[in-house]
Amino acid sequence: MMNNSCAQPMWLNGPSPGQFYNFMGGNNAPAQLPRELTTAGPYGTKHSTAAITTGSSVLGIRFDKGVLVAADTLVSYGSLARYQNIERVFQINNKILLGGGGDFADIQSIKRSIDQKMIEDQCCNDGVVMKPAELSSWLTRVLYNRRCRMNPLYIDVVVGGVDEAGKPFLGNVDLRGRAYDDYVVATGFGRHLALPLVRERKPKDREFTFEEATKLIRESMKVLYYRDTRSLPQYTVGICTANDCSIKGPFKVEENWTFAEGVTGY
Amino acid sequence: MSTIGTGYDLSASQFSPDGRVFQIDYASKAVERSGTVIGIRGKDCVVLAVEKIVADQLYEPDAASRIFTIERNIGMAIAGLMADGNFVADIARQEAANFRQQFERTIPLKHLCERVSGYLHAYTLYSAVRPFGLSVILASWDEVDGPQLYKIEPSGNSFGYYACASGKAKQQAKTEMEKFKFTDMSTEELVKSGGKIIYQVHDELKDKDFRFEMGIVGKETDGIHLINSAEWIQKAIEAGEAAKNADDSENEI
Repeated sequence: MMNNSCAQPMWLNGPSPGQFYNFMGGNNAPAQLPRELTTAGPYGTKHSTAAITTGSSVLGIRFDKGVLVAADTLVSYGSLARYQNIERVFQINNKILLGGGGDFADIQSIKRSIDQKMIEDQCCNDGVVMKPAELSSWLTRVLYNRRCRMNPLYIDVVVGGVDEAGKPFLGNVDLRGRAYDDYVVATGFGRHLALPLVRERKPKDREFTFEEATKLIRESMKVLYYRDTRSLPQYTVGICTANDCSIKGPFKVEENWTFAEGVTGY
Repeated sequence: MSTIGTGYDLSASQFSPDGRVFQIDYASKAVERSGTVIGIRGKDCVVLAVEKIVADQLYEPDAASRIFTIERNIGMAIAGLMADGNFVADIARQEAANFRQQFERTIPLKHLCERVSGYLHAYTLYSAVRPFGLSVILASWDEVDGPQLYKIEPSGNSFGYYACASGKAKQQAKTEMEKFKFTDMSTEELVKSGGKIIYQVHDELKDKDFRFEMGIVGKETDGIHLINSAEWIQKAIEAGEAAKNADDSENEI
């Protein structure tokens, strides 16, 4: 099967002078994991135990015809607002959006793997493209596998999109491979601040409409900016419906600090 | 040739006294037996077109496709042995993936061509292997380098082309292609002339049935390599059928 992860050397299994030819089958060494994943260094191996350069909240809302995924454009280095213009919502293909929170290096790394998968998808030329539920499932496998090696990717991602019938999917996968899907998912502070806000507004008998969803994104991103110190008043929004999958923005949060004068007693 | 080659054609690692490697010549023979394949380079588009001879009526329509996608914007067409083609397509994909992993950008076609031709060449050097019975045509388009077209021979030789052909009717196709000026052709014109050439060089007496296959990459496909894209292939087939019918009626007079 296709394994595009690394190219083999130019000339494999060619006979050295005076030796027998090794046929391709059966003589290949079993696939080896990269050394750094299997071998301890001279003083043992330390795996990462914390995210270093981090993205904060990602918020996803599902509505009747698609999904919205929003994240601000900040990547922090500890408490330092280090990179202020980085998009954290990605379009994976025509059916999938990915919002990345947590360690941004790990996000970039997993994004690279996903992009390569999309190319493999295209090479197959069978007209089948990956759907968001499938990507979400794949991510749980990768992330759970990493946690089992005691070497997790410090990420918390939102996967959203539509399937071939145009049915929306919105899910969340975290660094241990835990996953769930719902009409609203959030990572980071958004889980505490935005998630309850959105749930409060959910009509019992139906899905959100597009207008309701966009309004909620706007409000939630405002609340997140006001209350989360690791955030910026600038965010991008990915939208995915049956006939459009793209990233919009960046948008500005409408801020108003006049009330600050009245805040006393701190 | 078999009388001349006697004794020197058993291994790819031995020259004949007049300086040939017969295994490579034989590999080229395998290419000549295959259905015609052409690649043409227009203004901001490259088209690969294949005359896929239907060896068995019981095959599914998409069986034994001879055009492959290697990268987002790189297409490959082969003339020669199908199984060798599948293998080399996978090698090319690995090379492209490896380049992307290292440099986070798409492999330049020149670079990919160098790698793949190096690979094919390695198989002409050793007694234990046979050369690939393949002629490989690589096509791509990107914003910076525009349209690019390369062909690799079984010997591992590779060149850049404005238009190239391999397989049964290579000579005919080349004569046909020399009549066109592809370099400033629009996508639509290019697609149509691709259809025309394949339909014209198809020999109805020797091979009854064939399927037209097409790969296209260019500005108008957003730099994505498409195989048998319904929108474009229809135009090519129509132009091809028309050209064939015109030829036929000429012959009747």
